[in-house]
Amino acid sequence: MEFSEEKLKKVSEIIARYPEGKQKSALLPVLHLAQEQFGWLSVETMDYVAALLSLEPVEVYEVATFYSMYNLEPVGKYLFEVCQTGPCMINGSDDIIAYIGERLGITPGETTADGLFTLKTVECLGACGYAPMMQLGKHYREHLTKDKVDAIIEECRNNAAANN
Amino acid sequence: MGRKLLLEHAGVEGIRYYDAYRKKGGYASVEKALKMTPEAIVEEVKKSGLRGRGGAGFPTGLKWSFIAKPEGVPRHLVCNADESEPGTFKDRYLMEFIPHLLIEGLIVSSFALGSNTTYIYIRGEYAWIPDILEQAIAEAKVNGWLGKNILGSGFDCEIYVQRGAGAYICGEETALIESLEGKRGNPRIKPPFPAIKGLWDRPTVVNNVETLTAIVPVINLGGEEYAKIGVGRSTGTKLISACGNINKPGVYEIDMTISVEEFIFSDEYCGGMANGKKLKACIPGGSSVPILPANLLLKTAKGETRYMNYESLSDGGFATGSMMGSGGFVVLDEDQCVVKHTYTIARFYRHESCGQCSPCREGTGWMEKILKNIDTGKGKMSDIDLLWDIQGKIEGNTICPLGDAAAWPVAAAIRHFRDEFEWHVRNPEECLRRNFGLAHYADPLEAVA
Ligand SMILES: Cc1cc2nc3c(=O)[nH]c(=O)nc-3n(C[C@H](O)[C@H](O)[C@H](O)COP(=O)(O)O)c2cc1C
Ligand code: SF4
Ligand code: FES
Repeated sequence: MEFSEEKLKKVSEIIARYPEGKQKSALLPVLHLAQEQFGWLSVETMDYVAALLSLEPVEVYEVATFYSMYNLEPVGKYLFEVCQTGPCMINGSDDIIAYIGERLGITPGETTADGLFTLKTVECLGACGYAPMMQLGKHYREHLTKDKVDAIIEECRNNAAANN
Repeated sequence: MGRKLLLEHAGVEGIRYYDAYRKKGGYASVEKALKMTPEAIVEEVKKSGLRGRGGAGFPTGLKWSFIAKPEGVPRHLVCNADESEPGTFKDRYLMEFIPHLLIEGLIVSSFALGSNTTYIYIRGEYAWIPDILEQAIAEAKVNGWLGKNILGSGFDCEIYVQRGAGAYICGEETALIESLEGKRGNPRIKPPFPAIKGLWDRPTVVNNVETLTAIVPVINLGGEEYAKIGVGRSTGTKLISACGNINKPGVYEIDMTISVEEFIFSDEYCGGMANGKKLKACIPGGSSVPILPANLLLKTAKGETRYMNYESLSDGGFATGSMMGSGGFVVLDEDQCVVKHTYTIARFYRHESCGQCSPCREGTGWMEKILKNIDTGKGKMSDIDLLWDIQGKIEGNTICPLGDAAAWPVAAAIRHFRDEFEWHVRNPEECLRRNFGLAHYADPLEAVA
């Protein structure tokens, strides 16, 4: 369990943004880096981050469990995070969530047997004017329709096949 | 056409990048400000009447004047880009499309406050935006607007972008500071206020993205000129992010003299109701502010036209008015169910409560549960009074205003749409199939005529 060269360099860059001795401030960004590399935050990963930033492991657990973006369990290669708050609900997010579930054969919180997809419902992501919407990786997919959902699933399957 | 100060150049090709931005007069406010004293800049901001655009509307110049200046202790400016209030997506627009405007505002504001290291704290889900901001920062630096001894003024400044990781509460300024220190986003008990003891116990000012971009026109025009735009204590322009059942959802810059009716129905803004439906209700300032039925939205209880500004939107207090809040404008048509909508909002606040205070932690959970029951036909009449009772016990009894933010929407929904709640209880089967509709809001537009 170790960061790549590139990630280690990034960690030092981040720590340099804060005053001497305040490297705890780097915790959220470094946990993002860890999740990028390892996919989710295992206890082993959190302990590694703690050692890297000279923190007590519990300081890392406390933070990792507070924020909704940190995955404390493995997730599928493609994480569909669909917003369900008021403005998206008005624009049909319930139907979109149900449709994705139907297409993938899973309910929110579950991962497909092939480990490709996880479906999750989330609260407002700041895209209410472009609803319904979801987050997929670093980006948003907006103005979702059933056709668009089909195309996104297809795109993910093709990407996965191309990377194998 | 209203006057545009922030989005004037938003449509210009390549405005995201330095060259196009500079060609349109970008960074002129930095040239002007660095020839002034920090105190003089604070005075201009006071004169401008600019009020915080993050939700509370507190006068920015006054806030800046509170920052403590103990000898030898660094001070910090932190830009609040956590934007998580449902209905609000205006800061994202500014950062995504005209990032240099924010960077310019941050440099001037950092100079005014004496912040040599300034942080932008952005919600973690906006994962692609830090790249855009960091590129703008790098361009500004290469061109001499950031770094050491900016324009020979002797002022040094660096700006860093920090991503959150999914927590609405980190928009609350003391929770944001905790998060920036690498901790859970638990709001601090105030006092001490951040202006005295903020980030790493140093004097800190936290301001919203839109507030800090508005500093650019304040300096360019001068405080007095800026204050002439708008009306009364609602000076300057305001960004409104409009969504829901309208023809043209999006981000609009308004000068605060237009009426709510014009904003919803004119082609320049929302373009009217989608699919020719009737207007039922609206949450004019983000999910935490009171929802208003159409009749009270377009006219005040006194029968006067309601305008899109701080004073007019809050006319009537919570009994018959609402708030400008963050400018998240959510429009509901006749097909929308207020009970269900309120349930999703209650679920949001339960999800986002940090859990430190029992009225908020327990109250938000109970409100969500009861609303879900009523929405799905499992509610009792007494549940409506129970909800009313719970929301009243949260408000004002918590460390931070998230408790209030969770209570207000529930209170307003019951206050204005009690018949809809009762209908759900009385028609348990029907409420799963169809919506209560407009009922006696049938002709809200006629009702106000
Ligand atoms: C629960 C809660 C969430 C908040 N979220 C935000 C937010 O996302 N963005 C923001 O600018 N202000 C938010 N605020 C307001 C901030 O605490 C603070 O007042 C604001 O950043 C001050 O900036 P301004 O004076 O420029 O508006 C929130 C407040 C509370 C209580
Ligand atoms: S009011 Fe709610 S969110 Fe705010 S400190 Fe208390 S428990 Fe946390
Ligand atoms: S409600 Fe879905 S993005 Fe805001």
